[in-house]
Amino acid sequence: MTGTTRPGRWSMLLWVAPAVLLLVVFVYYPVVENLRLSLYRWSPFSPREVFVGLDNYAALRADPVFWSSLFNNAAYAAVSVVFQVGGGLVLAAVLEELVRGRLKGILRTIYFVPAVLSLTITGLLFQFMYNPQIGLVNGLLDVLGLDAWKHSWLGESATAIWAIIAMSQWQSVGYVAVLFIVAMQRIPRELYEAAYIDGASRVQAFFKVTLPLVREMTLLAMIITVSGAFLVMNEVWVMTAGGPNNASHTLGTWLYKSAFFNDQMGYAAAIAVVIFLITMSASILQLFLGRGKAVQY
Amino acid sequence: MAGTAARPRYRAGAGDGVGASIGRVVAYVLLIVLAVAIVYPLVWMALNGFKSNAELFGDPWGLPTTWRWENFGRAWSLGVVRYLANSVIVTGGSVVTTILFSSMAAYALTRHRIPFAGPITVLLLGGMMLAPTVALIPLFRLLQAIGIFDTYWALIVLYTAFRIPFTVFLVRAYMITLSRDMEDAAVVDGASRWQIFWLVIMPLSRPIIVSAALLQALFAWNEFVFALVFINDTDLKTLPVGLLAMQGRVLSDWPVLFAALTMASIPMILLFLAGQRQFIRGLAEGFGKG
Repeated sequence: MTGTTRPGRWSMLLWVAPAVLLLVVFVYYPVVENLRLSLYRWSPFSPREVFVGLDNYAALRADPVFWSSLFNNAAYAAVSVVFQVGGGLVLAAVLEELVRGRLKGILRTIYFVPAVLSLTITGLLFQFMYNPQIGLVNGLLDVLGLDAWKHSWLGESATAIWAIIAMSQWQSVGYVAVLFIVAMQRIPRELYEAAYIDGASRVQAFFKVTLPLVREMTLLAMIITVSGAFLVMNEVWVMTAGGPNNASHTLGTWLYKSAFFNDQMGYAAAIAVVIFLITMSASILQLFLGRGKAVQY
Repeated sequence: MAGTAARPRYRAGAGDGVGASIGRVVAYVLLIVLAVAIVYPLVWMALNGFKSNAELFGDPWGLPTTWRWENFGRAWSLGVVRYLANSVIVTGGSVVTTILFSSMAAYALTRHRIPFAGPITVLLLGGMMLAPTVALIPLFRLLQAIGIFDTYWALIVLYTAFRIPFTVFLVRAYMITLSRDMEDAAVVDGASRWQIFWLVIMPLSRPIIVSAALLQALFAWNEFVFALVFINDTDLKTLPVGLLAMQGRVLSDWPVLFAALTMASIPMILLFLAGQRQFIRGLAEGFGKG
């Protein structure tokens, strides 16, 4: 052990100091401070804090927009688990099993590309895609003879959040698929060979070999997707700003609007605590799963 | 990532009958349809950048009759150039600081026996569990109190702090696996720790450093919430927030907005195409905990 025999073991702490300091000051402290602030009432312009106990949480309970935001996040999570994780898994398996050579690489790249774009870009783009006059979505429905299904997608309370969620699936399914592809490439081919020798079809091989070996990965993808769904904010703010009639808010946008438009900083901090509890639970779950890394390739 | 081309293919499986062939054709068609569905909106975006407003509304599916490059010129001077520059500064700055501080920490934790190594590792990696949104309100005050609110530093510092955990996670896992031989030889030659870090460890860690830098660039380039809340000055806005502001500034000349969106998309797409392998490698390594 070279480093340890030399003097100045303690001086090595200087090497971790910048990282530790940044984290303590800009990550840990604010998260703890947020807990405290959620017990106060104050606005960005009159920073005098008034202690109000759990009033902000009581207000949350009574706030219909909070509940519809929570519902929207949950809807986001549910749809994303089905289409991004489920769809991504199937897409990865089909791509891995069927497509060879250049086409495979090209398709993989194409599927992944939207994921590197800013949600502001894709959000603004889809604002036009959903536009009742020029949008391709209604245009496509026309072509397919489904005029009755046409909507002012982002302009109607009933459809706005679903339209945003759909955009998100378009953007991210390829991303998740590529992660699954990497996991699948780590599966030894011998396992498939053995399955095929035993007379398994490709579909059977998927269920008997692929699925069990990417099980852990699938669970992790689900947890991360769900956790990410409760942080959604960018695309919603860009596409609808939570409207119409606050119908498409998520916890993130409602927090932002409460803090910086309605001047309810304490209330926004209480929303942040809810987000904290949800994402923290997901992380803890993830930690436990990570510990049980038993799948050996 | 194992090369896929080298794998032996077993075609003797029971799944290769006529039914499987039809299934394969159907699967191919679906894969292509999906690729078109994913690419088409992006192509539409770029094409709309060349249209006039009348063309956009009259024939949203069609090609532009003339290629109006001037839309791109207008978008550029209406703000894209400014936002692009800001994004480059903030992204570049945060990539440098994130990689530097994370690598230093990973080096100390993996190559030396430092005091409190356990608690420090937990503290550094534990940060991955904390979401930026949760810290938003207190940070609003903190940044004002320390005087970096509404400056590039606000974003550079936050992008660094919030991404150190993930980056340490990536780099640390890699540095643990490095052999000690070259390091020991350097010590015998009288190299200092700083020299060993720069001349031995960092070059050996190059693959993961590249991956980590690309992922940090992707994160910083696209980050929205902090950039929205902590920057008020229009001249300092980064692309994700600046484009939103442009929506109001193009005065319903939508092709100009499409031109702006198209130009804003290009840098990340190019970066991704250039470093695709490293991108995906980093994501795959980090996915378990990221």
